Amino acid sequence: MVSSSAYLMLSAVIFVIGVLGVLVRRNILVMFMSIELMLNAVNLAFVALSRQLGNLDGQVVVFLVMAVAAAEAAVGLAIIICIFRRKKSVNVDDFNLMKW
Amino acid sequence: MNYVFLVPLFPLLGFLINGLLALSLKGRSDEKIPGKNLVSWIGCSSVGLSFLTSVIIFFKLLALPAGERVVQKIAFPWILSGSFHIDIGFLLDPLSSIMILVVTGVGFFIHVYSTGYMAKDKGYARYFSYLNLFTFFMLMLVLSNNFLLLYLGWEGVGLCSYLLIGFWYEKKTASDAGKKAFIVNRIGDFGFALGVMLIFWTFGSLNFTNVFENAPQVLAMGGGLVTAMTLLLFMGATGKSAQIPLYVWLPDAMEGPTPVSALIHAATMVTAGVYMVARCHALFLLAPFTMGVVAVIGAATAIYAASIGLVQNDIKKVLAYSTISQLGYMFLACGVGAFSAGIFHLMTHAFFKALLFLAAGSVMHALAGELNMQKMGGLKKHTPITFWCFLAATLAISGIPLFSGFFSKDEILWKAFSSPHGHFLLWMVGVITAGLTAFYMFRLFFMIFLGKSRMDPQVESHAHESPKPMTIPLVVLAVLSVIGGYVGIPQSLGGSNRFEGFLSSVFESGHVAAEEVTAHAPSAEYLVMIISIGVILVSIFMAYRFYLKNPGIPKRLAEKYKTAYGILYHKYYVDEIYDKTIVTPLLNLALFLWKSFDVLIIDGTANGVASLAGWASRVIRKTETGYLRNYALSLIFGATLILVYFIFR
Repeated sequence: MVSSSAYLMLSAVIFVIGVLGVLVRRNILVMFMSIELMLNAVNLAFVALSRQLGNLDGQVVVFLVMAVAAAEAAVGLAIIICIFRRKKSVNVDDFNLMKW
Repeated sequence: MNYVFLVPLFPLLGFLINGLLALSLKGRSDEKIPGKNLVSWIGCSSVGLSFLTSVIIFFKLLALPAGERVVQKIAFPWILSGSFHIDIGFLLDPLSSIMILVVTGVGFFIHVYSTGYMAKDKGYARYFSYLNLFTFFMLMLVLSNNFLLLYLGWEGVGLCSYLLIGFWYEKKTASDAGKKAFIVNRIGDFGFALGVMLIFWTFGSLNFTNVFENAPQVLAMGGGLVTAMTLLLFMGATGKSAQIPLYVWLPDAMEGPTPVSALIHAATMVTAGVYMVARCHALFLLAPFTMGVVAVIGAATAIYAASIGLVQNDIKKVLAYSTISQLGYMFLACGVGAFSAGIFHLMTHAFFKALLFLAAGSVMHALAGELNMQKMGGLKKHTPITFWCFLAATLAISGIPLFSGFFSKDEILWKAFSSPHGHFLLWMVGVITAGLTAFYMFRLFFMIFLGKSRMDPQVESHAHESPKPMTIPLVVLAVLSVIGGYVGIPQSLGGSNRFEGFLSSVFESGHVAAEEVTAHAPSAEYLVMIISIGVILVSIFMAYRFYLKNPGIPKRLAEKYKTAYGILYHKYYVDEIYDKTIVTPLLNLALFLWKSFDVLIIDGTANGVASLAGWASRVIRKTETGYLRNYALSLIFGATLILVYFIFR
């Protein structure tokens, strides 16, 4: 059996990749995908710990997280579509109306 | 007696209605002032109804037995704050009933006179509303049963005095005079307020009955506390009643309409101080030092003001200084313990001084506003009614026997001589002042009405007697000036001095003085009387010589004694002295505080805080880049910090 620390490491790595994706990429859709990636990394961590501790609570939380991710993706994509219709661009640097 | 609240209520209603009329009629620049009849009726009838009520109350009071003529009626409680309890309460006793009769009676005739005098004035409705308001406050002052309500009336009459002196406010001298009156009054009122506070602190109550009945027990005779209390109260009186050192507003107050001078600065407001001292006689009698101060200041003011009045050329200024001088007599009377004599003189003075002012107004009306005596003369044939009334008043004020002024002035002089608080010197000053009074009054009379005419020919051709609304009050007051003294004929002349008897229940402690008086032989009283009559007759003769027979004498004397004349003419330069020593330094201090403290420090702080906020915002808003990835970075950064904190906790 693989040790649960390997799962946790993997989860951390995927999370960091997601963070970097949010920070570095310019395409708003790719930023969104990175956010989803972060959420899935967290799911992985929860499941791994649930298996390690023998408690099903972690897996229940995964359900919750997935539901939240889905809802959030729906809303976020709706907003992006609205912005795109205005700006005709998915470059996040162009969304700077709130600049002082 | 239950209707005593009506006495001040009628003028208050008159004020409200006339005030509303004045506001609604403002800005109408018609030639004929609209609503004038209504205003006149409301204004005069409100005071007239007050007078009728006062008369009814007076007779009801007389019907009570002599020892029980004190009635308190409480309208409603005013302030209830813990143990501090003040009512709107009215105290009816002989003293207040005499005061309300004088105020409403003389006031009514002055209101009637004003309908004629102010007939062509644009601010007609405003004038009558102010007059009614004044009457209201004055009546509250004399009817109140506690110090706080008296203070309310006190301040209120000061306010109305300001409003009425500065009635023609577009004229700078008038508005300045109004300010001066109010400010000088306030200085006195400061002392008065301190006195009232001291009374409350000592007695725990401001009700007259509580204070005066407990006074002998609570306060030591001649003690520091009661002396301080009474001196502070008297300070208020010097402001309100124009004594040294706070008299300077009264001559300037002549800027107001003449009926105002008659009502406020002759008959009523300036007598408030005398009334207050008489009302608080229980306190004053416990402080012999203050009594001495009152008497000395009264006598000093009397002779001082009379000396200034000798050389003034403006008829109203002469009358103003005469008022100050006569008020000095009243305070002299109170200072020597003769409170009823002081009130007696207050009453007779109200009659003849109001008459003098109204007659002066009549003269001015005849001569199209001329005030300078040097431009008058020989007016008798043009204005006969005014002439006779003026003569009656002049004889009264000079103290000629059989006229009212003789009895009251004589009473004061006798008490100054004989009372245990009195002194020979006070009497001497009083006699000299009586001589001076007779001199300047007859000077005034001769220069206006008799002799060769020095009038401007244009003015003289239009000189005419005043209309009936103005002459009828003159005649009424002239009659009162003659007969008003007969209620106070002293026992030495066969009368029963009903006035003093009526007031004796109020001034019971004054009876101590009366008993000791009988130690003097009655012949002393006759001697005193004869000396004063003699001095007065000599003065009148001198005035006759100076101004009728040989008009060149005054000019020669003025040139011979130039410095003395200059000092008297310029009123001892007191206004200039006050200006240099008090007004200018205060003004400079105020300017300094304004320019450096207020502008630099306070405004600087307020503006500085604002500009600090502005600077801070200019710096901090640079974080709002609108750049999404910056925000994401700061999010991550913060999350990392929290994580690190929890790991290394």
